[in-house]
Amino acid sequence: MHTKTIAQLAAGLKAAEFSSVELTEHYINRIKKFDSSLNSFVTVTADEALAQAKKADQLIAKGEGNILSGIPFAQKDIFCTNGVKTSCGSKMLDNFIAPYNATVIESFNNAGSVMLGKTNMDEFAMGSSNETSFYGAVSNPWDHDYVPGGSSGGSAASVAARLAPASTGTDTGGSIRQPAALCNLTGLKPSYGRVSRYGMIAFASSLDQAGTFTQTAEDAALMLGVMAGLDTKDSTSIDEPVPDYAANLNADMKGLKVGLPKEYFADGLDADVAKRIDDAINEYKKLGAEFVEISLPNTHLSVPAYYIVAPAECSSNLSRFDGVRFGHRCEDPKDLEDLYKRSRGEGFGDEVKRRILVGAYALSSGYYDAYYLKAQKIRRLIANDFTEAFKKVDVIMSPTTPTPAFKIGEKNDDPISMYYSDIYTIAVNLAGLPGMSVPCGFVNNLPVGLQIIAPYFGEAKLLNVAHQYQQVTGWHLEIPEQYK
Amino acid sequence: MDEKNVEQIAHLARLDINKKDIPEYVTNLGNILALVEQMNAVNTDDVAPMAHPTDAVQRLREDVVTAENQREHFQEIAPQVEDGLYLVPQVIE
Repeated sequence: MHTKTIAQLAAGLKAAEFSSVELTEHYINRIKKFDSSLNSFVTVTADEALAQAKKADQLIAKGEGNILSGIPFAQKDIFCTNGVKTSCGSKMLDNFIAPYNATVIESFNNAGSVMLGKTNMDEFAMGSSNETSFYGAVSNPWDHDYVPGGSSGGSAASVAARLAPASTGTDTGGSIRQPAALCNLTGLKPSYGRVSRYGMIAFASSLDQAGTFTQTAEDAALMLGVMAGLDTKDSTSIDEPVPDYAANLNADMKGLKVGLPKEYFADGLDADVAKRIDDAINEYKKLGAEFVEISLPNTHLSVPAYYIVAPAECSSNLSRFDGVRFGHRCEDPKDLEDLYKRSRGEGFGDEVKRRILVGAYALSSGYYDAYYLKAQKIRRLIANDFTEAFKKVDVIMSPTTPTPAFKIGEKNDDPISMYYSDIYTIAVNLAGLPGMSVPCGFVNNLPVGLQIIAPYFGEAKLLNVAHQYQQVTGWHLEIPEQYK
Repeated sequence: MDEKNVEQIAHLARLDINKKDIPEYVTNLGNILALVEQMNAVNTDDVAPMAHPTDAVQRLREDVVTAENQREHFQEIAPQVEDGLYLVPQVIE
């Protein structure tokens, strides 16, 4: 059962080949069997999952529900789940039982889906390797010595090992696309504003966006259809109709104009990764797509601009964790300032502290113009680069990451080298565009991802382009030997 | 970036940091600031800052009650409460 996609599982449930309870038990057993070595879940909600599955079976038996009814999912531990611990990978929220559901969680609940549990992640989504989690590193199912990527590392590892058919993630600078690439999954980061951020613990509010980890682009289309749409509880959610994302998957690639940004194929790109990307380009050429070289001239400024904008927003967002209303509180505070300082000092890990300090500095009096305002202006230039490019092409393709997965511990002493593992994904967040990573081969048995970027609200086109590639290649179906 | 800067920023952020970690913060933050210095190579005098990816404006709605008070529910997870109030160390002498 665990090698099936959402689309196949939904067909099986509808035809009564198996029940949602059987399906859910199967995945819970796999989590019990395998997750002690992967560490991809922070919380497994077995009892609640089986109760949801029973309800889903009744719904399906009556011929009600929709395509996601009865399908089990793993949810990133950044989404608030009513009555269930929501840690965000932090000691700060280790005792936090969320008092309400994120809108994303509500959408899955309304669809009659099943939640298997909450997945491990970099603390407050700040990291590219899942190593900053209070709950420890997550292993890459393709090789346990390697990172799964981050920040949504647990969501990626759990699906790569088929401990869940699909999962949710969030992407602020690449936190869906990078782990998807490193774990051989289809990862979708929708346009900013497409999916509600309500109840999704904020890191950098102008960049954060929820999305999906799936085995196929078709599954991503099915999930996005349920997750997307206006939510009046999120003032940045956009009032734009949600198309049937699955309806357009079969459009052919003839005449599709694809831009290859020369800056994304320059120094720093691993030569073997470049070959896999070339192979993918050749497949698309066979399908009738046309390729042109384009330039995104401000690419080299995306990491610098991001590492001002994101920390600035993070330092502001994380000021809510003060030890007063919820979360970690220090013992015996001597006064209010001591309560704030020690609660935060004890509750946050190193990387989070680093980013709060950078952000507080960039926003402080006398430095605001030099750093924050400057970064916002650079952000405009980066977004303009994409606007210009999309006058000439339908989609942009590039590697998702400059290298395959790196070893656990390899980049711990050098935060900046870690930051550069997101060099091809960050600009997309700054511009607010939708992006995907699609499996396109292996280097030394480690997966490689092809990034596809579309204009604002171009998810249907993205999914179509990814789906067509998956009709003629089988990389996305590869599963690590021990998890087959 | 020096040790005094780091201590001052940590105070502004109400963040307790370990004294022995300060030299590492000085190095790390210095490196990050050196990285972002690259932005200064570009003249942005005529560029409008971009705070947000969308041009949307705040939505307005009717001024009606939409959410109920859930004080007790929300305070169930608070570290310390009394009579519906959050407790903190004494602020006023």
